[in-house]
Amino acid sequence: MSNDTENKPLWRRIRGVVFGTSGLAFLLGIVFWGGFNTVMEWTNTEQFCISCHEMQANVYQEYRNTIHYNNRTGVRAVCSDCHVPKEWGPKMIRKLYASNELLHHFLGTVDTPDKFNAKRAQLAQNEWRRMKRSDSQECRNCHNFAFFDYGEQAGRAARMHQEGFAAGKTCIDCHKGIAHRLPAIDQGIGESEPGALPQEVLHSTSLK
Amino acid sequence: MKNAMRKAAVGIAALMLAIPLLVGADGIKSLREHAVGDVEQAPENHREIRDAGGPLPRDFVQQPPLIPHSVQNYQVTTNYNKCMDCHSWSRAAATGATKVSLTHFRDRDGRELSTLSARRYFCLQCHVPQTDAKPLVENEFKRAPGM
Repeated sequence: MSNDTENKPLWRRIRGVVFGTSGLAFLLGIVFWGGFNTVMEWTNTEQFCISCHEMQANVYQEYRNTIHYNNRTGVRAVCSDCHVPKEWGPKMIRKLYASNELLHHFLGTVDTPDKFNAKRAQLAQNEWRRMKRSDSQECRNCHNFAFFDYGEQAGRAARMHQEGFAAGKTCIDCHKGIAHRLPAIDQGIGESEPGALPQEVLHSTSLK
Repeated sequence: MKNAMRKAAVGIAALMLAIPLLVGADGIKSLREHAVGDVEQAPENHREIRDAGGPLPRDFVQQPPLIPHSVQNYQVTTNYNKCMDCHSWSRAAATGATKVSLTHFRDRDGRELSTLSARRYFCLQCHVPQTDAKPLVENEFKRAPGM
């Protein structure tokens, strides 16, 4: 038997090695890619997000009162549906940025509600900026405004939506604080909280 | 005379003490036709209020106008007042909403302020969304004649 293999012509042996290696690489690729994706998906679950008490005690509690948490039909948008892009490239970039969040988790930057609220304006603006840059892609994954039925929308919603799109606005330009509490905002209706953001941040008139 | 009054007073007091014993908690009905000791009638499963066509007319002059739209999940906190995002004087022009009334710029001593009075901050304490809820009990309420 062993004599037979040794007697094989050189090209057949090379072919065997090449096919064997590439087959093995292919199988390993499936395993690693599958494993990588599984872990990636696992870090996108609600359970994973609220395993950090920063998320559990602050933003998650606020989100629980909103329509994206529970609603008539039970169709939900969990943390990652809004905060992590679905497309592979942007998702990897977002996951890389998340290492900074991991760092601050261990530094304890926002580990109490007081610390969190002190940073709320900054954190909210970071996320608004990201949403604005991606033209509210995470909203539009579900809410495709090309298919809005303005006849079904309430009057003021239909009017504001059409005005907004005509002016080149994107979802996040108006819909801020829909799933979490807003930071202090100076609305010009009396004394505002110290460090309040100007009202313009809520209604940016700049185009995308 | 004094004696008669004292007797009457004692009689009334005795009667008042006896009534609850005679009737018992089960006999007394609330305005909603339930025994006071009973469980309240279960609320009907109500749906979210969708935007109405326009505000219902007021029934008396001092009535806070009703809200002709849904206010579900509106934030009215120390940080932010969602109602004022449309109804404040600086935003009303852009949104086409009714401007907050002048009466809301007056403090409790009648002094005029340049901004919203703190005691008027919580809109939903007086203004409620309008709905076609049926009255729980019959009543004789009529719209004020001046309206």
